[in-house]
Amino acid sequence: MRRFLLIRGLQSLVVLVIMSFVIYALIGLMPGDPIDLMISANPNMTAADAAALRELYGLDLPIYERYWNWLTTALSGDLGYSRLFGQPVLDVLFPALKNTVILMGTAFTLAVCVAIPIGTFAASKPRSAVDYGVNLFAFAGISIPSFWLALMLIIVFSVFLGWLPAGGIASDGAGLFEQAKYLVLPVATIATLSIGSYSRYTRSSMLEVLRQDYIRTARAKGASRRRVVWKHALRNAMIPVVTILALDFGYLFSGALVTETIFSWPGMGKLIFDSVMGNDFNLALVALLFATALTLSANLLADICYAWLDPRIVIGGEKA
Amino acid sequence: MNKNSPLFLAIRRFRRHKLAIFSAGVLLTMILLVILAPLVEKWLGVGANDVDLYSRMVAPSAEHPLGTDELGRDVLIRLLYGGRVSLFTGLMAACFAASIGTVIGLFAGFFGGRLDATLMRLTDSVIALPLLPLLIVLVAIDLNKLGLPPAIVESEDVSFYRIVFIVAITGWTTVARLVRGATLSIKEREFVMAAQGVGASNLHIMFRHILPNLLSPIIVAVTLSVGGVILLESVLSFLGLGIQPPMASWGNMLTNAQQLIWEAPMLAVYPGLLIFVTVISFNFLGDGLQDAFDPKAEY
Repeated sequence: MRRFLLIRGLQSLVVLVIMSFVIYALIGLMPGDPIDLMISANPNMTAADAAALRELYGLDLPIYERYWNWLTTALSGDLGYSRLFGQPVLDVLFPALKNTVILMGTAFTLAVCVAIPIGTFAASKPRSAVDYGVNLFAFAGISIPSFWLALMLIIVFSVFLGWLPAGGIASDGAGLFEQAKYLVLPVATIATLSIGSYSRYTRSSMLEVLRQDYIRTARAKGASRRRVVWKHALRNAMIPVVTILALDFGYLFSGALVTETIFSWPGMGKLIFDSVMGNDFNLALVALLFATALTLSANLLADICYAWLDPRIVIGGEKA
Repeated sequence: MNKNSPLFLAIRRFRRHKLAIFSAGVLLTMILLVILAPLVEKWLGVGANDVDLYSRMVAPSAEHPLGTDELGRDVLIRLLYGGRVSLFTGLMAACFAASIGTVIGLFAGFFGGRLDATLMRLTDSVIALPLLPLLIVLVAIDLNKLGLPPAIVESEDVSFYRIVFIVAITGWTTVARLVRGATLSIKEREFVMAAQGVGASNLHIMFRHILPNLLSPIIVAVTLSVGGVILLESVLSFLGLGIQPPMASWGNMLTNAQQLIWEAPMLAVYPGLLIFVTVISFNFLGDGLQDAFDPKAEY
């Protein structure tokens, strides 16, 4: 197990380093460069000045040398300034991360609490009306465009009913109720999509487990159907589901880019979108790397969960 | 046809799947409608990009069956032409992605060893990335800086090819895993050994003997992924990064709808509804095909 963890950890680290180079190179391919931005702010600059500035900032160096310079500076703790916000990158990043955690944490918890019971219930009564209902809802959840669902919720609850704000976040110091009002629509959007996919996984995993011999044995020994489903089967059925959840957990931190953008929720997703669109190279780079690192860690977590939950799994020739 | 042939049995199982049949009907209707878009255009007498600032956001009438948008363009015709773009992008990108996945999966499964380990690590790594944020960067890059000729960069269709390309290079992982797994078991079968015995080359065995056995799972995977691709295209176009106006797509028709949501909420309804119906139909269809081809999978 320790060997497995070490290998997977190293692998993730290698992927992260490769991705940091890829992202750095991609950011460099975005339209414009920092010098263009300086020139646009100062009409007196000549082409020679621009070239001198490029040399001064090392922008004329080949990509790998620029990457190396950035990496060594970044590792020494200097991640640069955000152009859009005029603040050090991390000072912009952490509040956004906090907002994303609030939004996504609520949506994730809600989705799990709804999806697992309804998925299990549907599987315990296959081909019943409830099963068809859950299945239909699950299909709708994975097929609906998130931004359109968000727009429809805004139309119904903000435009027509006027109950909830169409976007934004409560100002600091607002009451809990006021803050919650801004959360309802984005959480509903994200949770609907997640409930769709989670309940589908739960249902199919549960169906798989319910076909197994030990379930029949438990039934034959007189355990009630309900007991068999919720006590005997659920634990095993959860193994693949927990893995999926752990995987999704990583995406929580990169935020729901689309939903956050539509509802102007100042989280990581909106931050990434705004920084890429606004040529904020430093911020975009660090935010993307942050999202990548967290997603990779969640993948690692998913692998660990899988091995830990299911002692039957043998990894790399030794028992986990 | 032989009543016990696998294909016949699969068709019979598929026909029991009412929702899938219905979805296939919906999709065929949709495809027919978007193909007939020029006829509707002629019938109504307005083009998809005809701007008429005197009749902005008008209510549905005989002249404009679904009304007009913020530039006075006819919504119905734009929906039909947008459907062409969205459906075509979805199908083409899904097929490209599946082709890449198939080749990678075949090579990994057939040759095994180092190659397999490397390709599968690559697949795992791509799966482990936060896709949407990275896609945003990928679509934002400046094609001039890549050294592409200006004729390509400035052509009207470039946003379309860009989307297809980006979806293809990120969406191949599911098929790659699927094909690899199946190749691993098929390559041990007698007919592969027989082919090796008579001296067939590796490539010949992979593409002529193994691949045909994988067609049904690949078809299922492609059908299921078309929906996802259409969603992705619509999201990127909605954010202003996908299909570029004036070319209509269901996604970019919604871009301005959010600003106009207080004045003309219906503009936001139609394109999204069509995306939703199309995607859910592809998903139902894929689900039905899966049950038909692989009866063990459910129940």
